[in-house]
Amino acid sequence: MQTPIAFAGLALFADLSGALWLPESATLVVADLHLEKGSSFATRGVPLPPYDSLATLIRLEEACTRLQPRQVVALGDSFHDVEAASRLGPGVAERLAGLLDRVDWLWILGNHDPRPPDRFAGRVAETLALGPLLLRHEPEAAPAPGEVAGHLHPKAGVVVRGRRIGARCFVSDGKRVLMPAFGAYAGGLDVFEAPIRSLFPEGFHAYLLGRDSVHAISASRLTPGALPRLRR
Amino acid sequence: MAEASLAEASLAEASLAEASLADEPATLPVAARLAAPISDWFAGRGWQIRAHQLETLAAAQAGHSVLLVAPTGGGKTLAGFLPSLVELAERGPRRPGMPGSGLHTLYVSPLKALAVDVLRNLEEPAREMGLGLSIETRTGDTPPAKRDRQRRMPPDILLTTPEQVALMISAPDADRTFRHLKRVVVDEAHALWGGKRGDLLALGLARLSQLAPTSRRIGLSATVADEAALARWVGGGTPAHLVKGAPGAEPQLRILASEERVPWSGHSARHALGEVLTAIAGARTALVFVNTRAQAEFVFQDLWRMNHAGLEIALHHGSLSPEQRRKVEAAMAAGKLRAVVCTSTLDLGIDWGAVDLVIQIGAPKGAARMIQRIGRANHRLDEPSRALMVPANRFEVLECEAAVEAVREGALDPEFARTGALDVLAQHVLGMACAGGFEADALYGEVTSAAPYGDLGRTDFDRVVEFVATGGYALKEYERWRRLARRKDGLWVPAHPAVSRQYRMNVGTIVQSPMIKVRLKGGRTLGEVEEWFVEQLRLGDTFVFAGEVLAFQGLREMAAMVTRATGRDPMVPSYNGGRFPLSTFLAARVRRLLAEPARWLSLPAPVSEWLGVQRLRSIIPKAGELLVETFPRAGKHYLVCYPFEGRLAHQTLGMLMTRRMERAGLKPLGFVASDYALAAWSLGDPAGLDMGALFDEDMLGDDLEAWLAESALMKRTFRNVAVIAGLIERRHPGLEKTGRQVTFSSDLIYDVLRRHEPDHILMQATWADAATGLLDIRRLGEMLARIKGHIVIRNLPRVSPLAVPVMLEIGREPVAGEAMDALLGEAADALISEAMAVD
Repeated sequence: MQTPIAFAGLALFADLSGALWLPESATLVVADLHLEKGSSFATRGVPLPPYDSLATLIRLEEACTRLQPRQVVALGDSFHDVEAASRLGPGVAERLAGLLDRVDWLWILGNHDPRPPDRFAGRVAETLALGPLLLRHEPEAAPAPGEVAGHLHPKAGVVVRGRRIGARCFVSDGKRVLMPAFGAYAGGLDVFEAPIRSLFPEGFHAYLLGRDSVHAISASRLTPGALPRLRR
Repeated sequence: MAEASLAEASLAEASLAEASLADEPATLPVAARLAAPISDWFAGRGWQIRAHQLETLAAAQAGHSVLLVAPTGGGKTLAGFLPSLVELAERGPRRPGMPGSGLHTLYVSPLKALAVDVLRNLEEPAREMGLGLSIETRTGDTPPAKRDRQRRMPPDILLTTPEQVALMISAPDADRTFRHLKRVVVDEAHALWGGKRGDLLALGLARLSQLAPTSRRIGLSATVADEAALARWVGGGTPAHLVKGAPGAEPQLRILASEERVPWSGHSARHALGEVLTAIAGARTALVFVNTRAQAEFVFQDLWRMNHAGLEIALHHGSLSPEQRRKVEAAMAAGKLRAVVCTSTLDLGIDWGAVDLVIQIGAPKGAARMIQRIGRANHRLDEPSRALMVPANRFEVLECEAAVEAVREGALDPEFARTGALDVLAQHVLGMACAGGFEADALYGEVTSAAPYGDLGRTDFDRVVEFVATGGYALKEYERWRRLARRKDGLWVPAHPAVSRQYRMNVGTIVQSPMIKVRLKGGRTLGEVEEWFVEQLRLGDTFVFAGEVLAFQGLREMAAMVTRATGRDPMVPSYNGGRFPLSTFLAARVRRLLAEPARWLSLPAPVSEWLGVQRLRSIIPKAGELLVETFPRAGKHYLVCYPFEGRLAHQTLGMLMTRRMERAGLKPLGFVASDYALAAWSLGDPAGLDMGALFDEDMLGDDLEAWLAESALMKRTFRNVAVIAGLIERRHPGLEKTGRQVTFSSDLIYDVLRRHEPDHILMQATWADAATGLLDIRRLGEMLARIKGHIVIRNLPRVSPLAVPVMLEIGREPVAGEAMDALLGEAADALISEAMAVD
């Protein structure tokens, strides 16, 4: 279920759920939940299945049950937009409240959710320092040793036996960690896109979320996706 | 108004029935009314109006819808327009500037090019007859201003495509455009009715009948197996009156008896291309059909390599740029080419009089397709079409034999009764809301008058309406943001104006997979290839495309940049498209041929020898049996079976079978499927397996369900359904949402929907598509039922002759059967220590 991320002197684990597990402080970090992304499309006339928040929270509950964290850090963009918290259906809102009751919860603010969600409990912060680690939503463009960030929704692909397999992934060069989006409807950005690649000038490993385990693959083995590069 | 040079009488039912019975000579008095300008025109050219043209006219004038089934070259198109021309001649010419009395005839063709060609071929006689008609085309290329004018001031005759029909009937003023409509001509009906485009058109025709209740339809079709079913499709509520044209001369169909040895496997027919070139040299103009674009590239390259005489040979397939294709078509029309190597892109289309030979490379996969292709040669009824079939491997020799036999008997692959797709219905429902709103009961009645939806239950219809209105989820979260609202008077209408805009952007049933342009550095665009192919290329990789060897130089400005190269072993894009599975009908004939050694005498010596040795070393299965062979080879164990059910069904079988082998502890490693056989290999020996259990139908239950969860094919199917149904926006060039994003987000939606509402109407539609489409589950199910209790097992010490062809596919085809994690693990394992190194 977990693969260690090579990181100077620290125990960091890429969990298959897409969360980062820090056993020393029993902290579970999840990035970019994008709750109620589905209903935000519905308001624009695209009625995507309304189960994305539920699916996201069920996966988070499973990780919490399995790992029993003391603390959960939601690394920003937890809600897809400022109205999202108010759109949560009753059952789903209860589920989230239940989670918040069970663990110490920290909302880190993101660009999609710049205001603390007043409907729900939990502490609110811009960043969190955890030993040598600094947790924040958006990665710094400059070198930032010890940074754990989200925001960019990394994904990567690899060609094996004539087939390209793509998946969400963690990205790390042993100095900083970029986390995959946790939300069920959160899309992805190829790791070779400039915003991600520029964070790791000396190369990186991607930790791809497979179905049964997390696979560490070096950048040299990965194959860039075609269309993201063309869009620019 | 002058009238009737021929017999003029009201038409008795009896005479119609008689007329439709057979090919009566044109001189018989048929009760049709012909206007003077038209009979004069015929007489002026010394032409006799043909029997089936008169019959079509008579039946149409008697108030029937008509299905005219006739081979190419029989004056079918003219027959389709004759009733319109007579009525318009009776009406008299429009005065210049006079707005006219509205659209009289709507002509629908599956091909834009065909509509344009018909315009040319219709304008001239109409002018010569002095009818003073306005005839126009309307396609995706027609400028918006002209389309708008066509809606407000329609021409007498409009030539268009199914998508444009959908757009026109969704306009709020559609009733004004169509209220005087008298005739709808559906060309190449056989090519339309079997798919989603046909569903869309059938729904459109049903609406047109509402807008213009007196209008009637004329369907034009090549020969089909089930004429009655097609007549129902054309007619809607009442089956169309069937008129049959005289059959053309018997085609001269020959299988190339190559001097070279027939290869064991492969699809390029390289061994026979010298003889193909000789055949081209001996013909005026030849169409060389192949089954895939990749094959087209191969064959084209190889033909030119040996084309020392410099015969003008061109290439035509769906990935080439439209300009390139138009150029080839124009050269063809001008008689400047000796041959075109082409795919199904030229199955339909403009008649080229000069074509006198059709060459089919590789087996035709279906008898109907073969007949269609043969019909592309020699469009004169009295001369036989000449066709040459070139089997590329030994199994294809059997398949070609079976096809020849079928063509001689005039036997065609039976069409399956088609059930209209629910995603297409959803699109239509949204369109009808945009067209000024609909009343549910009335629309249900209208929809079920279209043949594909004749059996549609009210519950499913209501679920589709609910899907369009709110998404139709069990969780009623989206009531607030509904797309359709129900007014007090009961009409369903768009909830806001953006809905109509969304609909218009999304019309149609053709969903492109993400494509990337291929452009010569500093030069022109050659065409486009699937995105996934480009994603596998590294800088400098060479590949064959558009008849050239190209080197990949990177991605720039929305295109894959390439230079000309001379690679030794260039890759060939093995496109997804264009690969037909062997038809059930032809498969049954191949099995019979195989089971009757007496008939092997007519086969080339290497082939009958191959089968003879198989009989000695293993067994030749009877027509109703499934042969399963096991044997060890190079440290692995192989299981090979021969269902002859086509690649798609075999791939699905392979997936399900290896899951069972996994559970039996055999450690399967992979499998490869061909149209004829399936080979799986494992570490454990399958010889002791209970084959009855391995091939039990119950694999279509839980195992299938479990596998579908991971299946990329299922996700691809869902994506198409979601786009057609309007859940996901279609990709538009230049707009931000790229095909890639659609693919990605539709996978996420699929995963969520499958888990949380597996019975949703779109999942139901996806399943229905998968059953007949990429997974071919229906055919697999029929096969498993058929072979129950008829499995013949041979545990052999070594590979059998019959197994060789599929064994040779191993290594050529990507190995299927590995799950995502196994493959990712392969990429990761070698590097895991590197990954874990602490810098």
